[in-house]
Amino acid sequence: MTGNNNIERRQAVRRLLANRGETLVVCGLGSSTYDVFAAGDDDRNFYLWGAMGGAVMIGLGLAIAQPDKPVLVITGDGEALMGLGALASVAAQKPDNLTIIVLDNAHFGETGMQPSHTGHGVDLTEVANGCGFNNSQTITDYDTLDAFSNTPNAANGPRFAVVKISTENPDRALPNLDGVYIKNRVRSSLSIQPV
Amino acid sequence: MSTQNKPAQRWEDDIYDCFVRHNVSQVPYVPDAGHAHLIRRVHDTPQMRPIVLTTEEEGVASSCGAWLGGQKSVLLMQSSGVGNCINMLSLVSNCNFPFVTIVSMRGEWGEFNHWQVPMSRATPGSFELMGIDVKRCDSPEDVAPTVDAALYAAFASEQKIAILLSQRLIGRKEW
Repeated sequence: MTGNNNIERRQAVRRLLANRGETLVVCGLGSSTYDVFAAGDDDRNFYLWGAMGGAVMIGLGLAIAQPDKPVLVITGDGEALMGLGALASVAAQKPDNLTIIVLDNAHFGETGMQPSHTGHGVDLTEVANGCGFNNSQTITDYDTLDAFSNTPNAANGPRFAVVKISTENPDRALPNLDGVYIKNRVRSSLSIQPV
Repeated sequence: MSTQNKPAQRWEDDIYDCFVRHNVSQVPYVPDAGHAHLIRRVHDTPQMRPIVLTTEEEGVASSCGAWLGGQKSVLLMQSSGVGNCINMLSLVSNCNFPFVTIVSMRGEWGEFNHWQVPMSRATPGSFELMGIDVKRCDSPEDVAPTVDAALYAAFASEQKIAILLSQRLIGRKEW
């Protein structure tokens, strides 16, 4: 299908975050974390360097704790697949302020570009639909991506989108590695004092 | 007298009372019969958010997310799920998140289903390997002080504690 997998990942994440306002961001380990950092470091970014499969559930706990702030999870197909059950758990909670973006290049990019399950035909948007997301879509062009980015969450549950990206592998952009620092920075941005 | 209609306080209610006192607001769980009464009470409490999970490690991650956003979370599971959490506990360790889980033990006291035994035996060691302190409740009187102390230590100074509710306390499952 033409239009598939032509989106550049860094460009996509820059567009997603261009008008982020107060959005809190959780990003999956590897390229998603590099993409979010490359779009501009921010106190409200929770960068993951490990905990594969955990990004969506961290986003869920954060979205429930901060119901008045948009929470955006940006992760890859491999990371999302490792925590596939999390889509069911999120759909059971239906937090209106949570958005989940899967940057899908259909490969495990960090480990040698082995094809992932989405490359074998697994459709994560259909999985989200099946879990009960009211608002899920597959995005294959920038106009649709911009429209998605510029639409605030409605009161009909969390949003989910697969963004079909190309397999280009941009240079790594490495945020701070110190988990305690990153955690306290996010909490400070919410005026929560360190213990 | 009003006390005549009041059901007797159970040790599960002691856990619930600790949750209220410490302002625990998110309660992710994989169900177990040993937690059934507590889970019902959480579902009946508007200030608490029960979060049903597909696997226990999800609750490790969601609890960290809760603390990022300023809420307290306690994960409920049974011993058979502890191994599922191992790698996700690196998130707790690397970011020094507070962590409290209450684990109902199977496979250790009059267990009919021996498939429960290996993970039961490995439960304390699994937590200790990942830097989580293990406390154990063997009798109903142990429960309130142990849960109270764990919640205080975790949320006042970001400690990581697993409370094991022994199968002798819970009562063996009849087959």
